[in-house]
Formats: sequence, C-alpha cells, structure tokens
Amino acid sequence: MLNYTLRRLILTIPTLLFISFIIFIIVKLSPSDPTGGLPLTIPPEVREQIREALGVNKPLMVQYFLWLKQFFWLEPRLYLEGAFGWDLGTEGETRLISYATRSPVMDLIWQRMPQTLWVVGTAYVVGVLIAIPIGVISAYRQYSAFDQIGTFVSMIGFSVPPFFSGVLVIVIFSVLIPTDSFWWLPSIYDTTHQVVDWESFKFQFRQMIMPVMVLALQITAQISRFARASMLDNLNQDYVRTARAKGIRERKVVLVHVLRNSMIPVVTVIALGIPGIFGGAIITEQVFKVNGLGQLLIIAIQGGDVPTVQTLTFIFAILIVLFNLVADVLYGLLDPRIRYD
Amino acid sequence: MTDTSVETKVTRNQWWDVWDQFRSHKGAMLGAIVFFIIVFAILFGPMLWPYDATTIDIRSRNQGPSWAHPMGTDQLGRDTMARVMSGGRVSLAVGMTAMVIALVVGTLIGVLAGYFKRLDGILMRLTDLFLALPLLPLLLVIIMLFRDKLSANFGPEGGIFVLMVSAIGMTSWMQTARIVRGDVLALKEREFVLAARSIGTPNTQMITRHVLPNVMSPIMVSATLGIATAIITESALSFLGLGFPPDFPTWGRLLRDGTDFLQQFPERAIWPGLLISLTVLGVNYMGDGLRDALDPRIRGR
Repeated sequence: MLNYTLRRLILTIPTLLFISFIIFIIVKLSPSDPTGGLPLTIPPEVREQIREALGVNKPLMVQYFLWLKQFFWLEPRLYLEGAFGWDLGTEGETRLISYATRSPVMDLIWQRMPQTLWVVGTAYVVGVLIAIPIGVISAYRQYSAFDQIGTFVSMIGFSVPPFFSGVLVIVIFSVLIPTDSFWWLPSIYDTTHQVVDWESFKFQFRQMIMPVMVLALQITAQISRFARASMLDNLNQDYVRTARAKGIRERKVVLVHVLRNSMIPVVTVIALGIPGIFGGAIITEQVFKVNGLGQLLIIAIQGGDVPTVQTLTFIFAILIVLFNLVADVLYGLLDPRIRYD
Repeated sequence: MTDTSVETKVTRNQWWDVWDQFRSHKGAMLGAIVFFIIVFAILFGPMLWPYDATTIDIRSRNQGPSWAHPMGTDQLGRDTMARVMSGGRVSLAVGMTAMVIALVVGTLIGVLAGYFKRLDGILMRLTDLFLALPLLPLLLVIIMLFRDKLSANFGPEGGIFVLMVSAIGMTSWMQTARIVRGDVLALKEREFVLAARSIGTPNTQMITRHVLPNVMSPIMVSATLGIATAIITESALSFLGLGFPPDFPTWGRLLRDGTDFLQQFPERAIWPGLLISLTVLGVNYMGDGLRDALDPRIRGR
C-alpha cells in the first residue's frame, strides 16, 4: 500500500507539470497588458520598465519556469519562515505579484481562503450528514414513499443549477418574507462579520444558512444516490442473511454490518467530490456575494490579472489530482480485497 | 432456402421493445413530454407571438403579468415572454451542438482506445489529464480570452456561439470516451467480432459495421445527459457574465439580468431559471428512462 501510494505520488508530478503548462499557455495567450490599468499619464518608457520588472518580456519558457519556481520553491519557504521563524534566504526574491492589486498573489489567496472554506466546508459536512441517512433509509425501504421522494429530490438536486436554487431561496427568504420576521435571512454574506458573542454567532449562523442550503442540496443529491445504490448492493449479500440467521437484531445488521461495508465506495466518492465543490462554489459565491476564492477568480478573469488567474486555476487542478489520489488510497485502505500491488 | 414465409411473418423491430419499456417508465414519459413541450414552444412560439425579443417599448416598461405580457416586461419594456422564448432557442442550440461535439470526440477517442491496443494507453492518459483539469475556471478563462478574436471573424453572436459550443464540447467528452472504450473492449472478445475478423473484415468496416452499432445505447444515454450538462454549463457561463453579448438573450443571461431586480420583480429571475430547471429535469428523467429501456437485461422483465 505504501509502495502504491509513493508510486502514485511520484506520478502526480508529471501530471501536475503538464496541467500547469496547459494552464500557463492558455492564460498567457491573453492579449491583456499588465500596465493597462495604470494611469495614462505614465510615459511609455516607464511603462516599458514596469513590464520589464514584471518579467513579461522574457521568453515564454523562462516565464513558465519562473512561475513554477515561485510557486513550488519560494512560497513554501516563505511559509516555513513564517511558521517557524527560520531564515531560508527568501529575502529580496520577487514573489508572484497580482497585476490588479500589486500584492503577492498567494497573500490574496490566503485572505480569501477562510470564507470559501467556511461556506464550502460546512455545506459539504451538512450535505454528507443528510445524504447518508437518506441513502440508508431509501435503500432499506426500496420503492417506498420515502424512497420515491428521495429519488425525486435528488433528481431536483441534480437538475436545478445553483444559480437558480440560490436565486430562488433569496426570493423566498429575503424578498417575500418581511425583513423584521424571524424567518428572514440576509441575502448577502458579510465576510467582515466577526463572531465574538452569542448574538454575533446567531447572525453568522443565519447568514450561512442560504449558501450552505444551496450547496448542500447538490451534494446531498449525489451522495444519497450513491449511498442508496451501495446499500442495495450489500443488502442482498449472503453475509447479511447469515447475520440475520445468527439472530443479530435487525438494527445492528443494517447499521453495523451493512452500513460499514457500503460506506467503502461512498467514502471515496465523498473524497472525489471535494475539488468539484470548490468549482461549484464559484457560482454560489457569486450569487450570495461571498468574497471567497471563486469571486477572486471571476474578478481576476474580468480584469485580465494573469498571475492570479493561472495560480488559482492551478490550485484547483492540484486539488483535483490530490483528492483523486486520496480517494484511490482510501479505497485500498478501507477494502482489504483491493490490493494495488 | 427459397421459402419466404419467414419474411411474411410480422417482424417486430427491437426499437419497439425499447419504446415499450421507455413508455412504462412514468418519470421518463413525463420528462419527455415536458422537454418536447418546451422545445416546441421555443421553436414555434416566436413565430406566433406578436412581440419581438429586442423591441424596446419604453412606455410599457416594468409591467407585471397581464394578458398582453403574460410574463411582464423588463426595464426597457421588452416583452419577457418573447425574450424567454428566443433565449431558450439559443440555450438549447448551444446545448445540443455542444453535446454533438462532445459525443463525436468522445466516441472517436473511446472507439480508438478500445479497438487499437497501441492507442489505448496514450488516449486514456489524455482522458485522465482532461478529467484533472478544473473545467469551470478554464472555460471562463478560454471564453474571456478568445471572445474578441472570434467576434471579429464570426460577428459578436456567431463568434461567441462557436467559442462556447467548442469550449463546452471539448471539455465534456471524457465520460463518453470512458464508457465507449469499456464497451468496445468487451465487444472485442465476442464471437461475432472474431467471426467477422476471420472472414477478413478490414478495421474500418469492423468499426462501422460491428462495433459502433453495438455501442449505440451508451452513446444515446450519454447524449441525453450531455444536453443537460451543456445547458447548465452555458447558463452558468452566461450567469457569470461571460456568455453572449448583453442584448442577446439566453436563459442564463436573463436570469443574471433578473437578479438585479430581485427586490422589485422576482418573477423576472424565476421564469428563465424555472425553464432551465424544467428542461434539465426533463432531459435527466428521459436519460434515466432511456438507460433502462436500452438495457436488454431490464427490458425482458
């Protein structure tokens, strides 16, 4: 298993390099000028100097390797320095600078990360916690009314895109319900809000309800279907009959024997879904005006902010590759029948 | 051998069995009915409807639903119903064309990878790589970058249509390729393929005569589901403001414009959103029913 994990880890390096190159080339083809946003009073020769300083005039390959170096070599060292107070000689090296804000791209990303993680993370946990009981019950009572409703709701979760379900809950909870009502919820997510006491916690809770609801609907739809199918596979197995024949109580048969075995593929699906939900959060963040990573990406794309776009897109790619690996390794760890080597 | 009684017997086409099975799936029938009603409405609606999607009538702006304007009018007095109908044409056209592109690419790669062992490794690595790309961010970037160039060549609407369709198509063929490859690999081991090879059938004929017809059912299912994904992707891009030009209605664009007036006129956002959701829901149910109907193991029951 360790051998397999190591092999896969090594294999991710060429994959990531290739993806980073594709992203770099696509973004670099953009006609946007890094000095385009500067005042018109700046003389052309100074403009040229700024371009020179940003390194846009260098050959493409040089720029690509510079970006890789900044991303994989300079930034990790900076965190180590920040975390442990070491001196790794990063003094004087240029970090990846955003064209729009003139601050290091990674700093921007770290500023936006908590909001995204809060909303997306909570939604994922809530979605999974709802999905698994639904999957278990609808498999155990296959074709019952509960199962039919569950199927229909998950079909809706598949089909209603977040930009409509988000708008719909805003219409219901923020527009139709009067502002002074208990059920009214804020439609704009206030990221400057700080939780200090019970009142502010309640506000934080209320403003998270709608984005979490929208994201969780989609997650629940996918995972509950998967949990149901997996439970159905296991419920007809011989070991279930044996367990019942031994006189184990039904509750224990289902919740211990069957559930544990059917969770194996579900866990891998949960791991595989994590990067996808970051991409899906781009839209949800836009609907509820959460200033997270997705919004940063949209602003950067609209503003032609090349370094931010390529770094963010690459981070999304890293998440996908990483969680694919995690899912495969988890599958091998959880299911003793799966042996990769 | 010369007896023709076999031919005079009523031969039942296998597609009738498929249709019978499909008909017995209530959700699929309902989905198909909803989908085709929407398709007919947006195809023939604009011909019958007196208002044009782009005609500005500033005097009757911001109207609620009435007999003249069942869905109301927008802030420039354009009839929302006419806009929703012509927006639907664009959304469905993008969805279907992108689906066809994804299907052609996916089937080609799947068949090649499954049939020719030498190509399998490299084509499947390519598929894996595409699956590892963050698609929504990349689509946003691609559309942002190439919009102006293509607009210059094909006109503002044509350019973005070509761009959108090819970008969505080129980023959603991977599932089809994987499914088709798996089926082709299984088909290759069957006796009739061996028989065909033993009489010297060349590869091209082998693929077109024996392999492709037998992988039609997974292709049809992924075609149906592909329309749904493509419509959602197109609407998402339009919703984020990276779709067609502002005066050119699509469902996603109308939804985006509607959100600006959510406080005063929530119905403006709800109509296009509802239509996107209904279309996708119908298509998804159709795909579900089609999968059951095309599966001979289920069909026999």
